[in-house]
Amino acid sequence: MKILAPFQKRKTETVNSEIFSVSRRDFLKVGGLLTGGLVLGVSFFSCDDKKKNVVTVAPNIYLSIASDGKVTIIAHRSEMGQGIRTSLPLVVADELGADWKKVAIVQAEGDKKYGDQNTDGSYSVRMFYRPMREAGAIARLLLIRAAAKEWQLPVEECDTENGQVIHRGSNKKKDFGELVETAQSLPIPKVEEIKLKDRKQFNMIGKETAIIDLHDIVTGKAVFGMDAVVEGMKIAVVKRCPVVGGMVKSFDDSKARAVPGVIKVLAIKGAGLPATLSKPLSGVAVIAENTWAAIKGRDLLEVEWDLGPNAAYDSAKQIEQLKLEVAKEGTIRRKRGDFNAAKTNAKKVIDHTYVAPYLAHATIEPPCALAIVKNGSCEVWACTQNPQGARDVVAEALGFAVEKVKMNVTLLGGGFGRKSKPDFIVEAAVLAKETGLPVKVLWTREDDIRHDYYHAMSVQRIVATIDSQNKLSGWAHHIAYPSISATEDLSVLQASDGELMQGATDFPYNVPAINVETHDAQAHLRIGWLRSVRNIPQVFAVATMLDEIAEARGVDAIAQALELLGEDRSITFEQELVKTTYPNYGEKIEDYPWDTGRMKKVIERVAKESGWGKTMPQGSGLGFAAHKSFLTYVACVVEVKVDQNQQVSIPNVYYAVDCGLAVNTDRIKSQFEGGAQFSASLALKSMITVKNGQVEQGNFDGYQIIRMPEAPQQIHVHIMDSDTKPTGVGEPPVPPFTPALCNAIYAATGKRIHTLPIDLKA
Amino acid sequence: MAKYSILVNGKKHEVDVLEDMPLLWVLRDIIGLRGTKFGCGQALCGACTVHLNDTAIRSCSFPISAVGEGKITTIEGLSEAGDHPVQEAWEKHIVPQCGYCQTGQIMNAVALLKKNAKPSEQEIEAAMKGNLCRCGTYNRIKAAILEAAGTPVTTG
Repeated sequence: MKILAPFQKRKTETVNSEIFSVSRRDFLKVGGLLTGGLVLGVSFFSCDDKKKNVVTVAPNIYLSIASDGKVTIIAHRSEMGQGIRTSLPLVVADELGADWKKVAIVQAEGDKKYGDQNTDGSYSVRMFYRPMREAGAIARLLLIRAAAKEWQLPVEECDTENGQVIHRGSNKKKDFGELVETAQSLPIPKVEEIKLKDRKQFNMIGKETAIIDLHDIVTGKAVFGMDAVVEGMKIAVVKRCPVVGGMVKSFDDSKARAVPGVIKVLAIKGAGLPATLSKPLSGVAVIAENTWAAIKGRDLLEVEWDLGPNAAYDSAKQIEQLKLEVAKEGTIRRKRGDFNAAKTNAKKVIDHTYVAPYLAHATIEPPCALAIVKNGSCEVWACTQNPQGARDVVAEALGFAVEKVKMNVTLLGGGFGRKSKPDFIVEAAVLAKETGLPVKVLWTREDDIRHDYYHAMSVQRIVATIDSQNKLSGWAHHIAYPSISATEDLSVLQASDGELMQGATDFPYNVPAINVETHDAQAHLRIGWLRSVRNIPQVFAVATMLDEIAEARGVDAIAQALELLGEDRSITFEQELVKTTYPNYGEKIEDYPWDTGRMKKVIERVAKESGWGKTMPQGSGLGFAAHKSFLTYVACVVEVKVDQNQQVSIPNVYYAVDCGLAVNTDRIKSQFEGGAQFSASLALKSMITVKNGQVEQGNFDGYQIIRMPEAPQQIHVHIMDSDTKPTGVGEPPVPPFTPALCNAIYAATGKRIHTLPIDLKA
Repeated sequence: MAKYSILVNGKKHEVDVLEDMPLLWVLRDIIGLRGTKFGCGQALCGACTVHLNDTAIRSCSFPISAVGEGKITTIEGLSEAGDHPVQEAWEKHIVPQCGYCQTGQIMNAVALLKKNAKPSEQEIEAAMKGNLCRCGTYNRIKAAILEAAGTPVTTG
């Protein structure tokens, strides 16, 4: 079982839904999640399945309407702050015409019957918006038919509103609950029979809806992974090998065992090398009655390690080595025109090397998971982004059939890609099996910072040429960083197609000569994905270079972006790629084209909203960057102020976003607000460094993230009005902010930024 | 191990724990009040913030032996129905994203307003700088505190 990176998997190309009434036998299989009454199963299948005539028997999601009118909707995606437990159910509820106050949300466990649950890649709304609407519409039609039958009135004259079926002519009304019995006796409407609501009929889609967990969160009642408890639960804290690939040689636990409350000490077998995206690191676990005893015991362990081949690794040295590497010729991955000729004929050549560090996810809730193993089966409670993947790897680690593992999903105290990897969940399951005790594995902050699946450091070189007509004539982008794929396969030394698609091979601008070249970079840490993944460093390099090119040409940066995007059209990349594919975030390019017109419109909007071009006071500046990622178009202008002590403050951030039809405008805005802060952290603060194979930072003093006094102050989010298929917003805010900030700093100070995090005193 | 009698949310609790056990783990593991969160264990992130006699403390780095006769208030004891003005302001501005740090943020904000009923934006920033939010809800936190203080400003 392998955990796949978000861009490695194939997404269902077209998801269709089919709804059917759930029999009593099937209902029991749901495990009591729903309250009874009318229970509808929604089955998702791809068009390909349909062609192959695959009959889907197990319903994927459930919707129930009880006789008291309560509507229960199962949330099958993981909630980590993006608001998905609200945004997908509200789509069902709006199409159904439910009373939102009477809607309850139940979180699904990890099970294939719910369809794709791997919550990453800004996929949820994109994949499930239409099926959710269809689910709501089918249930609406069923209830309308039930009412029409009871009233002996034409179906066409009835509608739903606020949890009732209504007949406008006679002013007859019936609560959904009263119709349950009749509805159960009727056949379930087919997808072909429904008519989806017109946009004007929406009450919730396209508007602001508060998250359903709001009150529980502000009263401390919300249950995160850290808060899961069972009777007799013990706490495990693990001392892991400080070097990836190292192993426990021997250990002395006498001092640890002397701590009152410590129950057991035992070794955890690690994956070794490759470290994998799913298996634990080698370590020694201290299991205790409470967290404090476990932490104290762990700190008193004396472990002798076989540190393995990464023990001499030094990240600063590798960066220096990669700087030499990107000065050479690399492996061509995209080629248009003749870059060497462009360089020979250039009036001006700009050549810079960009460096960005390793980053840790640093979710405020560190990884943690609770497991019980009893009578050949296992039950887990975990803050996981990928409950099915976690279930599979736990089953494999325990030698159990998948059906013997129940994977309950809690709220996640932040995810950002860290909690896609189930290594910590496997730790809990293995310890629970070996000890026969219910065990919660808790990672301390130091464990989290030192043993993450890191966002890879990167060295990139961009060479740009300007010809005698003052046109940008050539673009060569050299790329070196350890690939995520290397975490599973150490022979991988260069960036994968999916990584390059994020801001390198998807370079959309009209430049006659383009080279994208990759270079060898070995992985020495566990490399993973972090919110917006490779878009972060690649767009940092690309969009700061574009600003520099605009300056060299004596043109405005936004005018240049519009000029280089050219006329409105759909662009493709495949024809210029060399032994490389363009995965388009798992979608067919025909379904989700790269539309220069949409990009130009967000750029024009952000220019207008930010007052681009206005004269700024001394020490202040505006910077611009635009980027499409995860199929969402974003343009960003950052206003910066730099004082005499080189202190940076960010009074205003302007975003324009085209994410297709907006589902929950409040959560779109909040993702952009948070995305700007996330990007500000990595631009100004965060850096992981490695010496002797060991991460040098351990807590929020060494690994810093942005705090309120230095955080961007006003974040203005402008959502483009659109009827197009919705796309995700979790990740797209992050990439353009950092280069826009760098460009603003240049405007304010005349200093160009080529290295992250930004250090103006350097 | 030692026996302590502590007053949490107006209720006495007798606990028998290690002298250096931080209050956080007493609350979470021994008493079972899990609204107070673990984030860093070093008083660097503020997720564990509770009140000791109306002053905000970082319970992850505050040993049980130092609590003494002091009155501890956690998020569970802030209001009966979750209707403290700060909680209401938090709901009005839909502050949380993942929500994990928010109980600590709220407790810190309540302590701030007890000391300074009408804080300026700069005073809020200074008082809240010890509370990290990785989701980046800082501006809504600020807006909610101003709202609870009766000086709301519109933020973008």
